[in-house]
Amino acid sequence: MTDRYETLDARIVERFGEQVTRIASSCGELTIEVAKDDLIAVATALRSEPEFGFEMLMDVCGVDYLLYGESEWTTSSATDSGFSRGVQRRPVILDEADQFDARRFAVVYHLLSLRHNTRLRMRVFTGTDNPPRVRSVVDIWNSANWFEREAFDMFGILFEGHPDLRRVLTDYGFIGHPFRKDFPLIGNVEVSYDPVKGRVAYQPVSIEPRTLVPKVIRDDNRYDEQLWDTGNE
Amino acid sequence: MSEIHNYSMNFGPQHPAAHGVLRLVLELDGETIQKADPHVGLLHRGTEKLAESKPFNQSIGYMDRLDYVSMTCNEHSYVLAIEKLLGIQPPIRAQYIRVMFDEITRVLNHLMWLGAHGLDIGAMTIFLYCFREREDLMDVYEAVSGTRMHATYYRPGGVYRDLPDSMPKYQDSKFRSKKELNHLNSVREGSVLDFIEAFTVKFPGCVDEYETLLTDNRIWKQRTVNIGVVSAERAMQLGFSGPMLRGSGVEWDLRKKQPYEVYDRMDFDIPVGTNGDCYDRYLVRVEEMRQSNRIIKQCVDWLRANPGPVMLDDHKIVAPRRIEMKDDMESLIHHFKLFTEGYCVPEGEAYAAIEHPKGEFGIYLVSDGANKPYRVKIRAPGFAHISAMSEMVEGHMLADVVAVIGTQDIVFGEVDR
Repeated sequence: MTDRYETLDARIVERFGEQVTRIASSCGELTIEVAKDDLIAVATALRSEPEFGFEMLMDVCGVDYLLYGESEWTTSSATDSGFSRGVQRRPVILDEADQFDARRFAVVYHLLSLRHNTRLRMRVFTGTDNPPRVRSVVDIWNSANWFEREAFDMFGILFEGHPDLRRVLTDYGFIGHPFRKDFPLIGNVEVSYDPVKGRVAYQPVSIEPRTLVPKVIRDDNRYDEQLWDTGNE
Repeated sequence: MSEIHNYSMNFGPQHPAAHGVLRLVLELDGETIQKADPHVGLLHRGTEKLAESKPFNQSIGYMDRLDYVSMTCNEHSYVLAIEKLLGIQPPIRAQYIRVMFDEITRVLNHLMWLGAHGLDIGAMTIFLYCFREREDLMDVYEAVSGTRMHATYYRPGGVYRDLPDSMPKYQDSKFRSKKELNHLNSVREGSVLDFIEAFTVKFPGCVDEYETLLTDNRIWKQRTVNIGVVSAERAMQLGFSGPMLRGSGVEWDLRKKQPYEVYDRMDFDIPVGTNGDCYDRYLVRVEEMRQSNRIIKQCVDWLRANPGPVMLDDHKIVAPRRIEMKDDMESLIHHFKLFTEGYCVPEGEAYAAIEHPKGEFGIYLVSDGANKPYRVKIRAPGFAHISAMSEMVEGHMLADVVAVIGTQDIVFGEVDR
């Protein structure tokens, strides 16, 4: 981490104290986690106070942590008949639930300061609300407008105070939020021309979901800092 | 007396000046735009979700198809994000090759932009001029990767292969005389580097030609000067980047300010506009082509003098060479594992941004330690630019919408993702 970032890090700790949580990064990036209720206060300060000077919001995106750290390949013992496709598919339909896991949905903001030439990542978890809600930052950074529309479209996160929260990338009349982890990759509907009705019609998908390469998580000692041989450095 | 209402007009999605599939719902008062509502997403393919369902390396090809006129730059950002998480750095020669291809791509992109933008607002000839030079650079792509556009050339750990010693040549054909054939092939006798060098010598003259056609052209100026003016303050507020930001007078270029690869060793200047109108952005982009040409020249000189590896030797990430697999068990296992499962990337998150020809192109990658990315977010510069469309065209005439779409350098592959 360079001097610039160390200064910024110290300033953030000094200014916000308990309001933000520092997240450690392996690649020298600065990430802070902000409580949902503090978002507007922290964002306003980051934007307008000259010691931070984050005049640009480069990106806003949603993240769905539903399947974080879960492997699709859970076979633990060898068989004499060989492995099958070994893919565990957990049926997850959580949309009807009244509440979500408090750390399921997050909104991630990428800030850039041209004045100080620094970047900052800010993460807000949406809490247990269903649908997930968070305050909009459009009034602080106008560029958030379409990025928040996209996060709403893809994850169903509602941004309170957004002037025009419409879907942006999906089709007119689309149902669901496709980037949620419980939304199947193949989608729920397919379209084809219906000669009887004389128009293009929707119907449930006729293909089966399939995982070509299962997701596996391997313990890799190369990335375990405790095992690093520091004598060579 | 009847009341006069504003009326709405539908522009696109099938309109030649919509640069692909843009639907604009315009609210007009006579011929003056009151409000523009861009409807995007007609090209949405869910690239981010697709990338989350595949091992890391299998998504490089998807990146080419985002902004399909600046292919390797998209790859670059994705590959950089993976390298950041893995904590690896490609060999120096690979870094030079990447910088050279980024700049070739920038020229490709700006040529496409200049041609299409010119065509949109009434300059016919420029399109043909631009595509003439574009074709040469496409051939360079073809020489290194086998494809003219979707190269999949960058890999985590380097580039797929070193620059070849020969250029593809034109074949004999009944539509071409012997003399013409020899002329076309005359620059293709040497290596790829020779061909690129010949291009860098020729190219500044070509840019002069474009400028002769446009820069002082009365019609061109009437169509672009004071159209779509964005102040520096607004440009920052709206999240603009690249030439859109520099056209408004903000000196910001990631290649200089947050250099990646070997850009800190390159000698080049950042052009900056003053008024923030379409004409300034035109001047900025034309000057960027000249600066890119300078960078390409410096890379060619370095690459000639410094042979070396273009890929890391770490077979946990990079596939071993075919010949090694033939008599080395270890290599065979590595190859098998890499192509059936891929490599696991340590848990963490990274944002890698590069100075893409259109602006800041960033990949935000979240990994949970698996062989697939947990979340890929593509920060496309065009998405931020088109969201400001309404603000840029308000109060202008209908015909200026086309000029503003052109000046934003919109490509729907990246806007819709």
